[in-house]
Amino acid sequence: MSSKIYVPGDAAALSVGAEAVAKAMAEQIAYRRLDASVVRNGSRGMFWLEPLVEIETSRGRIAYGPVTAEQVPGLFDAGFLDAKPHRLHLGVTEEIPYLKKQERLTFARCGITDPLSLSDYVGHGGYRGLERALTLTPQAIVEEVTNSGLRGRGGAGFPTGIKWRTVLNTAADQKYIVCNADEGDSGTYADRMIMEGDPFVLIEGMTIAGFAVGATSGYIYLRSEYPHAFRQLQRAIAIAYDKGYLGENVAGSGKRFDLEPRMGAGAYICGEETSLLESLEGKRGQIRFKPPLPAIKGLFGQPTVVNNVISLATVPIILDKGAHYYRDFGMGKSRGTLTIQLAGNIKYGGLVEKAFGLTLREAIYDFGGGTASGRPLRAVQAGGPLGAYFPESLLDTPLDYEAFAERKGMLGHGGIVVFDDTVDLAHQARFAMEFCAVESCGKCTPCRVGSTRGVEVIDKIVANQDRVKNLELLGDLCEVLTDGSLCALGGLIPFPVQSAIRHFPEDFDKPAPPPSAYRPNQTQETQSWR
Amino acid sequence: MSTSQGWDADRGLARIQELERLPGALLPILHALQDEFGYVDKAAIPLVASALNLSHAEVHGVVSFYHDFRHDPAGRHVLKLCRAEACQSMGCEKMIRHVENRLGVKLGATTEDRSFTVEAVYCLGNCALSPAVMLDGKLYGRVSSDVADFLIDDAKRHS
Repeated sequence: MSSKIYVPGDAAALSVGAEAVAKAMAEQIAYRRLDASVVRNGSRGMFWLEPLVEIETSRGRIAYGPVTAEQVPGLFDAGFLDAKPHRLHLGVTEEIPYLKKQERLTFARCGITDPLSLSDYVGHGGYRGLERALTLTPQAIVEEVTNSGLRGRGGAGFPTGIKWRTVLNTAADQKYIVCNADEGDSGTYADRMIMEGDPFVLIEGMTIAGFAVGATSGYIYLRSEYPHAFRQLQRAIAIAYDKGYLGENVAGSGKRFDLEPRMGAGAYICGEETSLLESLEGKRGQIRFKPPLPAIKGLFGQPTVVNNVISLATVPIILDKGAHYYRDFGMGKSRGTLTIQLAGNIKYGGLVEKAFGLTLREAIYDFGGGTASGRPLRAVQAGGPLGAYFPESLLDTPLDYEAFAERKGMLGHGGIVVFDDTVDLAHQARFAMEFCAVESCGKCTPCRVGSTRGVEVIDKIVANQDRVKNLELLGDLCEVLTDGSLCALGGLIPFPVQSAIRHFPEDFDKPAPPPSAYRPNQTQETQSWR
Repeated sequence: MSTSQGWDADRGLARIQELERLPGALLPILHALQDEFGYVDKAAIPLVASALNLSHAEVHGVVSFYHDFRHDPAGRHVLKLCRAEACQSMGCEKMIRHVENRLGVKLGATTEDRSFTVEAVYCLGNCALSPAVMLDGKLYGRVSSDVADFLIDDAKRHS
């Protein structure tokens, strides 16, 4: 029997040498004249084990990792094609506790199938959601998504079904489905993983969305920092067209759905939905006033569904298994699963898909194994650069939109960045303001100017110039940003700043360092350095 | 990655004409021009404006809004260093200073011999393998100062 060797083609796996491993595998197969082939799957999301190589056996897939290209001949010598023991042997992949303890719904296929094999996709439950959707009225599809309790996974947590209903009920000749794949928050990579590891699930989700609201055209707006995902999407879309899953007659239904990926150009703000639409239209990515909502007047002035990658990639399983199956996972108003992304200074960083309700502590210690450096954990930032810094004492917060909001934090897209005790929260607060200054679209004065003033005020606080007065001034500035900004960038940047002051006041109360010792970044003088 | 062969109006116009009929064609056109020449030349702006029936100011406004579009040719290699929070938690600032010292340029600049352009980037989506960098479009993880040195040496050997 021909053996199958799986070597991930995911960008993160490639970033630590998976390409060289795959090449070495192919060389060994040829050199030893073996009946075996290499499949480039997505990542299982256990990044400390990447490159994670798997071999198919009658007992299931057996994992070895992390594998380097130099170790490949030794693996063959040890008989890894027959799942023989080796120093890197990890046993049955599905039995690895990190994976076994998860509830993988959206990521059910990621890391298992060949991402560009449509037959693999269909063989593992793909396109069953679309099949069922084709038997339902548009209203019934929207009802199903609404009843599932699915909320926007991009960060805002707005109920997906409600958005769809608005677009469905707005009459227009042309409507659009836009996928927000501008995953700019530090600590997040779930969108990238699914686009590289199971792109057809996103295509299927967008197609279902199109049929639900009466849209025949879709765009995926992908950040330019993800060139690998862009190529993968282009290939997957070409295959879907070729096999009749996109185009004028989707799956023989007589219905049309066209899909095109578009690349952003390095602007964080384009993750905000109205900026994204401006950018897709070929303009500066400046945010729009709301109302009108994009659901009523969106892309090119037409009713538009704008959803995050994970939201859309979750639609197929909801349609396939039913709203109740999905909503039975989760807690309170946060239904279904959350794709937690463990990042930063963490021992076992990776993707954990789990029903809402796990606590931060469980995610960081039971899955993540604590800090990578082995030093004590000091701060955690969830929700990206606009999310609050939480101290150790808040680690029992459940991963749930409302629980985070109650503690003046934000769950966002589910990224969790861990810092050890070497972190300086005054520095992090300054960085938040600096980031806001670099990425502000410039529309609202508090965000455009206030962020630069924020950097200056924090510098004065750290240098112990009128510290009490300047802390008060920073508080006022944050209030102006919150109240005077149209979108989440200016509106939420006070979250990391104020949480740093609230939970880590000692970092703002140190003796002033000598001027030469404090060197925040060498970029103070200008913002045009990027 | 960047070819930096210098601006050529005929080739530029050809790229513009391939894409001008797309809805919202401006970003795809600017990306195509940057792919072709390594930057967006000033001379392209009137051509793009006339193809899309926009004013020069509108096109210039878009070129200057987005961090990706370069106004000058890049070095032979483009090294993007992530300085977002996850990478900070793993000491990227130290590695970035090391790279700046090694190449003798600050973020955003090109070395005198035009071999490297070094840029800051905010998140490459490799946050479980921080610090991350991207060299000529290829992603690398767990990049310590030593790994950065290795990548730079390796790129130099191959250029």
